[in-house]
Amino acid sequence: MRNPQLNRHGELTHLLTLDGLPRDIVTHILDTAETFVPLAERDVKKVPLLRGKSVFNLFFENSTRTRTTFEIAAKRLSADVYNLNINASSASKGESLLDTISNLSAMQADLFVVRHSASGAPHLIAQHVAPHVHVVNAGDGWHAHPTQGLLDMYTIRHFKKDFTNLTVAVVGDVMHSRVARSDILALTTLGVPEVRVIGPMTLLPGGLEHLGVRVFHDMAEGLRGADVVIMLRLQNERMRGALLPSPQEYFKHYGLTQAKLALAKPDAIVMHPGPMNRGVEIESAVADGKQAVILKQVTFGIAVRMAVMSIVAGASNE
Amino acid sequence: MIKLHIRGGRVIDPASGLDASHDIYIAGDRIVGLGQAPADFTPDRAIDASGLAVLPGLVDLAARLREPGFEYRATLESEMHAALAGGVTSLVLPPDTDPTLDEPGLIEMLKHRARQLNLARLYPLGAMTIGLKGERLTEMGQLTAAGCVAFSQAEVVLQDTNVLLRAMQYAHTFGYSLWLRPQDPWLGRDGVAASGHYAARLGLAGIPAEAETIALHTLFELQRITGARLHLCRLSSAAGLELVRRARAEGLPVTCDVGIHHVHLIDLDIGYFDAHCRLIPPLRSQRDRDAIRAALADGTIDAICSDHTPVDDDSKLLPFSEAEPGATGLELLLSLTLKWAAETGTPLVQALARITQRPAQVLGSGVLASCGRLVLGGTADLALVDLEAMWRVDADSLTSQGKHTPFLGYELPGQVRQTLVGGQVVFARS
Amino acid sequence: MTPLPDAEALYGELRRQVGAAVAQHPADSVHLVGILSGGAWLAERLQTDLGLPGRAGVLNISLYRDDFDRIGLHHQTQPTDIPFDVEGRHLILVDDVLYTGRTIRGALNELFDYGRPASVRLAVLIDRGGRQLPVAASLCAATFEVPDGQQIVLGQDDSRFVLTLEAA
Repeated sequence: MRNPQLNRHGELTHLLTLDGLPRDIVTHILDTAETFVPLAERDVKKVPLLRGKSVFNLFFENSTRTRTTFEIAAKRLSADVYNLNINASSASKGESLLDTISNLSAMQADLFVVRHSASGAPHLIAQHVAPHVHVVNAGDGWHAHPTQGLLDMYTIRHFKKDFTNLTVAVVGDVMHSRVARSDILALTTLGVPEVRVIGPMTLLPGGLEHLGVRVFHDMAEGLRGADVVIMLRLQNERMRGALLPSPQEYFKHYGLTQAKLALAKPDAIVMHPGPMNRGVEIESAVADGKQAVILKQVTFGIAVRMAVMSIVAGASNE
Repeated sequence: MIKLHIRGGRVIDPASGLDASHDIYIAGDRIVGLGQAPADFTPDRAIDASGLAVLPGLVDLAARLREPGFEYRATLESEMHAALAGGVTSLVLPPDTDPTLDEPGLIEMLKHRARQLNLARLYPLGAMTIGLKGERLTEMGQLTAAGCVAFSQAEVVLQDTNVLLRAMQYAHTFGYSLWLRPQDPWLGRDGVAASGHYAARLGLAGIPAEAETIALHTLFELQRITGARLHLCRLSSAAGLELVRRARAEGLPVTCDVGIHHVHLIDLDIGYFDAHCRLIPPLRSQRDRDAIRAALADGTIDAICSDHTPVDDDSKLLPFSEAEPGATGLELLLSLTLKWAAETGTPLVQALARITQRPAQVLGSGVLASCGRLVLGGTADLALVDLEAMWRVDADSLTSQGKHTPFLGYELPGQVRQTLVGGQVVFARS
Repeated sequence: MTPLPDAEALYGELRRQVGAAVAQHPADSVHLVGILSGGAWLAERLQTDLGLPGRAGVLNISLYRDDFDRIGLHHQTQPTDIPFDVEGRHLILVDDVLYTGRTIRGALNELFDYGRPASVRLAVLIDRGGRQLPVAASLCAATFEVPDGQQIVLGQDDSRFVLTLEAA
């Protein structure tokens, strides 16, 4: 089965997941993002690349942060941006997902940025859009958040340069985290030799070893000698369903404190996809400390999203 | 009384092991000659079956026909035609219609409709509890009198073990069979795919194999103290099948079936979130499929069924976890059985037994003695099949209103040319 | 077919012209900007050879090309780098080969997103004709007619410039 993200010429025409994306395409996206980073320093932050193109932000799941960064990225490419916040339950009472897509395509949409609570929704959309329309996944269920994975990789490359001699630890609720899956897949694609996952058994899905990671339940053990620590957000819903007793207990075992961070390498960087729950997965001293590169992630996020949209918009769908 | 002469076909009857070139002579609804014409037999019509196999009409232990209640998806008539196009002449209906089959009146209505249509034979399963709610027992006696062959909870999982115990005691008292799919009410209750590395990779909520094995342990324990006859529906895991194997060795009165999709597909076939592979039970791993095939070979699994579930476009063209589970199967049961037999080197007679004689045995006294068999004096329910013909599965070639199957686009072997029920030709491919 | 001119000889001529142009302005108000990649090499060497302070600007025009719909995003690894203020300055845009003029149009669009220069002059090693836009180089080392189906390419061999003809 052909990778639905690539066209016949092997070019990226949709970005749905980092799973199965060839290494040279991932590197190409990072390199392209690098050409967009300096734009943020200019007065005129726009380039005319997507002038005349319509980008529709289809957010079936609310997210002001991610939607805003995509909006900024699209506008800096001179595209026309339209935001649609489609509440999932109202969609199910009315129009089907595919009907919504058809209607929007009829309005000359060129690119859909989609966030949906169901894993696989962007794949379904990509199968049904017209040939000149491109789909960028802004997060689907637990499955993937490819632009976040890419900007995390850009951040690591910016500070650490070489992927092939790093130890990276991903900490937290991997089970429910699309960011974790995208990060893990990107790290292994880029040749990171040691990818560790740290969390309680209730939050780590079975079968993780197949993704090429080492599983740790003891955070101290898992952080030892790490070059990069990626902290995942713990959502409040996890206290239900008997996954965790309380945020306080979680912080005790898996919160990143200065003491625990000291077990990693002295020049280790601390990352977080945001928004942070201070005192739950990370203590303020670390979040505001000199090893945290969280704000840089946000800056790089715009350039990475500009790169992704430019690359897919320029590829045909054949 | 119409007299038919079916000439020159390869007659295969798994029950007797017969696989030879024989003519068949039919008078009215009976087979009056097998190989030898009866004395003074003048046929009104001859059917040329040269180059074709003559099989007993298939017996499908699970086919949803969507009536009553879901007529926008499919109707009794459309799906019976689909059954006949697939050579299925006897079908068992799960009770999860709307309303559920918990009233004798509904059963009578269904049987009446089926008789009027005069197509395939319908064997409804009665609901084991009222509304399938798992609280109060249904009037199993009256439902049996109306035509139910056994009792089932369909896909609605029983939570109260005490109700399960009472249902088994009651059924055993009167000799009724209970058809249950082993599923723990809590494990994997929000799951949509088999727990494992593929579900983990795709970010899909998982259903562990333990959901099946724990339920099996419970069922077997209760069976040991009640003696109730159980038919276990749609086994899916290697561990589950091993438990069934041991239960049968122990002498417990248990039979089981597997859905035809699980004979072929595994979790990896979900690919890029293909909702056609959204099925209940979920498609499991390669190891589990191998165990299913081994269990079919050694007879641990009695029957293969289609688990025919017509789903409309609006319910299927959705993200994987939101899509309605189920696939169309009546017209694929024979072809997919032939494909499995060819792939595994299973002898044809043995393979066909799983969709003819063995399911008929599971149904026991609820069906005609000659159901699933081609036998002198038996009912003339049979299918004329070109075993070699390949056909392509697509919306046009499918008769069912349910056009969704993981096998869309596949070329499959075996095409039914004609189907007879009670000696009448009820399907002929143009 | 006329033989290819010697790249080093042309560079010498270009350097003479650019040197004269630079001398017309106060030192801190004139800057060189090279278009990746051939123009950037030329600008870098001119910067050194003319003893100009600071670094030459480097333009990656892949984000300003007009053929995005046809060929997608053009791959260029080095990002644009303008290490000086453009506003009110005299710029000398440097490129290796002037052909249709579309590259120069893109370069001008990009430069103007950095500010409003006082003037922009174009310096090229070779003008091969074939203009599709009203663009002209006031500083030009040579003209050359390129045979059909071919293109002229500037390369570097050690630290010497080399011109070759390749299939287009």
